Amino acid sequence: MHLLVCAGTGCRASAGETIIENFKKELEEKNLAGEVQVVPTGCFGFCEKGPIVKVMPDNTFYTQVTPDDVKEIIDEHIIKGRKVERLLYKDPKKEEHVSDSKHMGFYKKQIRIALRNCGFINPENIEEYIARDGYSALGKCLTELTPGQVIDEIKKSGLRGRGGGGFPTGLKWEFCAKNDADQKYVVCNADEGDPGAFMDRSILEGDPHAVLEAMAICGYSTKASIGLIYIRAEYPLAIERLKTAIKQAREYGMLGKDIFGTGFDFDIEMRYGAGAFVCGEETALIHSMEGERGEPTVKPPFPAESGYKGKPTNVNNVETFANIPVIINKGAEWFASIGTEKSKGTKVFALAGKINNVGLIEVPMGITLREVIFEIGGGIKDGKKFKAVQTGGPSGGCLTEEHLDTPIDFDTLMAAGSMMGSGGMIVMDEDDCMVSVAKFYLEFTVEESCGKCAPCRIGNKRLHEILGKITKGNGTKEDLDLLVNMCNVIKDTSLCGLGQTSPNPILSTIKNFYSEYLAHVEDKKCPAGACKDLMQYVIEADNCVGCTACARVCPVGAISGERKQAHIIDTATCIKCGACIEKCKFNAIFIK
Amino acid sequence: MSGYTIELKKTDLDTLRDVCKSFNNDPGELINVLHKAQSIFGYLPAEIQEVVAKELNISVAKVYGVVTFYSFFTMKPKGKFPISICTGTACYVRGADKVLEEFKRVLKLEVGETAQDGKFSLSCLRCVGACGLAPVVMVGEKTYGRVSPDEVRKIIEEYDGL
Ligand SMILES: Cc1cc2nc3c(=O)[nH]c(=O)nc-3n(C[C@H](O)[C@H](O)[C@H](O)COP(=O)(O)O)c2cc1C
Ligand code: SF4
Ligand code: SF4
Repeated sequence: MHLLVCAGTGCRASAGETIIENFKKELEEKNLAGEVQVVPTGCFGFCEKGPIVKVMPDNTFYTQVTPDDVKEIIDEHIIKGRKVERLLYKDPKKEEHVSDSKHMGFYKKQIRIALRNCGFINPENIEEYIARDGYSALGKCLTELTPGQVIDEIKKSGLRGRGGGGFPTGLKWEFCAKNDADQKYVVCNADEGDPGAFMDRSILEGDPHAVLEAMAICGYSTKASIGLIYIRAEYPLAIERLKTAIKQAREYGMLGKDIFGTGFDFDIEMRYGAGAFVCGEETALIHSMEGERGEPTVKPPFPAESGYKGKPTNVNNVETFANIPVIINKGAEWFASIGTEKSKGTKVFALAGKINNVGLIEVPMGITLREVIFEIGGGIKDGKKFKAVQTGGPSGGCLTEEHLDTPIDFDTLMAAGSMMGSGGMIVMDEDDCMVSVAKFYLEFTVEESCGKCAPCRIGNKRLHEILGKITKGNGTKEDLDLLVNMCNVIKDTSLCGLGQTSPNPILSTIKNFYSEYLAHVEDKKCPAGACKDLMQYVIEADNCVGCTACARVCPVGAISGERKQAHIIDTATCIKCGACIEKCKFNAIFIK
Repeated sequence: MSGYTIELKKTDLDTLRDVCKSFNNDPGELINVLHKAQSIFGYLPAEIQEVVAKELNISVAKVYGVVTFYSFFTMKPKGKFPISICTGTACYVRGADKVLEEFKRVLKLEVGETAQDGKFSLSCLRCVGACGLAPVVMVGEKTYGRVSPDEVRKIIEEYDGL
């Protein structure tokens, strides 16, 4: 029997580690340590209900486990064979406990390729990876295939880069392979800058060897002998797991000199980011690895011609790499049979925001947003109404109700005014103001712009100011035209992808939520009730009994009225602190 | 060696030189050197940057340019208990801005500031990747999930007398 306990960042933050310790202790005491193994795994994806414990082989899925539940799981489930009902996942629609994870709505529509091992194996033990076909793809490439054949296989699979751009991976490898040089490099982009995306981190934490193996395969195909992983310093757990994995891979002869006795040398080093979103852009990333400021440079030359230290360099995203070993093992045709015509395979999304099942999901390309949000995601939190879904992070856009049935892939999202991006998917409900959301993203871009080129450095700041003006109720209709105009100029004239996509959140919200912008500039109202400056606190005279509680609590003396008579708020004096609403027992005060 | 116009203790100076040496005084390793230095000293004041520049044989301007480019590097000491509020998108839509306001109000600190007594400092960070727990607050290494504004005082009180 195996007890799989999530030891990813999310679950660790809520006592995952203590749970593992308690299990070990308890099993030891009951003399069961020999029969039942506790396996700390990577993320199961169902972060909303973490910490997760899964009992194998019967697939029992326990949610929100606390360290105190450990004893009961062992006494009841392990010893007596009775499942602990109260910890089972409860289907919110059917009000039923689901004991087998295969029947959970969250997992039903998922196909796990990149995440195949996350939540199944102990990422700190290379043997568990090997037991699940690990490093067999590398073996196959080195002993049966020529570099050209490997590249052909990847090309045939139709795999496109998962880091945002969606560039065909096989083609990229081919470019790099063609450029002759005494030294070439393979770089894994693990910068994951999109705030709200955590798939790369989860893959590295849950299945680090998959990435190492793929990098070695890439090295073999492109004739590179050094791999570099550029990872954010903010991901301490992923860094640790990678270091452990690299060490083990060297010990097992999967990295280093003369791998599998084939004469192929390949080793991997780590490089650390230091908190700059733009360093996810490949040319900036390379400068950062060289110890410079992470400023992008004009392409061409592409990294495949002149990259790290001026040598041909192949840069791929973590998730892109995680797909490679499976493609080699199962074949390009199998991979290409999943997905849509131009986007093959699956995509991992980080579902977050106002959704019931926050978590990490992997779905076939071509699934609809409705399936993702309402079936896998379990719908909107607190029974509220769906309003928008943001994909692609700061480079993407907000999609609406009318896009819910669009099959999602690289091209359809682009056509709808958003982007695949790295796979962040933030769901918003009726309480979210779209102007404020656009402003939030612009604040991010303004902070993260490297400042090298004027349109992005100055233009985004102006955009942010105009949005600020609108949310304060000082905007005009002309401002909306100005916004659109400036957005287009910034898109056209910025040097790198950051500036070229930063206006997308504004353009897409203006297009899809024009009436909401109009309400802000013409009626000076925020329909979602989120913009503080556009709200007014008023007292409903019919409900007010004149208890004076509100007048006493108001810090600025904005409320007046006789005892036992309806009070009124002087809106000019009111600072909108909300203190009066909390005090009123008669629901007489509301926000207009 | 003389010529440093700085007031680092001799032992600190030696430590720092050793750090540089462990990276072969290679200018290409500047970011790694700074990571290491910050993990030892807690922050990277001008004095430290000058030493690093000298050891790696590059201009102080270049070191300063790199330090100020990356948000991970700081030139101000952090508090004994650094408080970071995640302002990633997932936390934002689940009300991180209100939590941040409350921390600012209670601690009387702005983002990027450290309290006079050196106990707390306040900063924002972009996504720790625990979006299931949004909004997330970190105090040192400890993570607090699903924080609401009225829990802010309770969190701060945990560090009373420490
Ligand atoms: C501003 C900006 C940020 C980016 N951030 C990332 C990132 O965090 N992770 C990533 O893999 N790619 C990122 N990219 C895309 C990379 O430049 C590059 O296209 C990608 O790493 C290539 O790998 P792929 O072909 O496997 O997707 C970013 C691009 C831009 C313009
Ligand atoms: S577009 Fe922005 S981030 Fe990119 S180079 Fe220009 S200023 Fe820097
Ligand atoms: S919201 Fe605050 S300032 Fe305004 S009336 Fe109520 S108590 Fe007074």
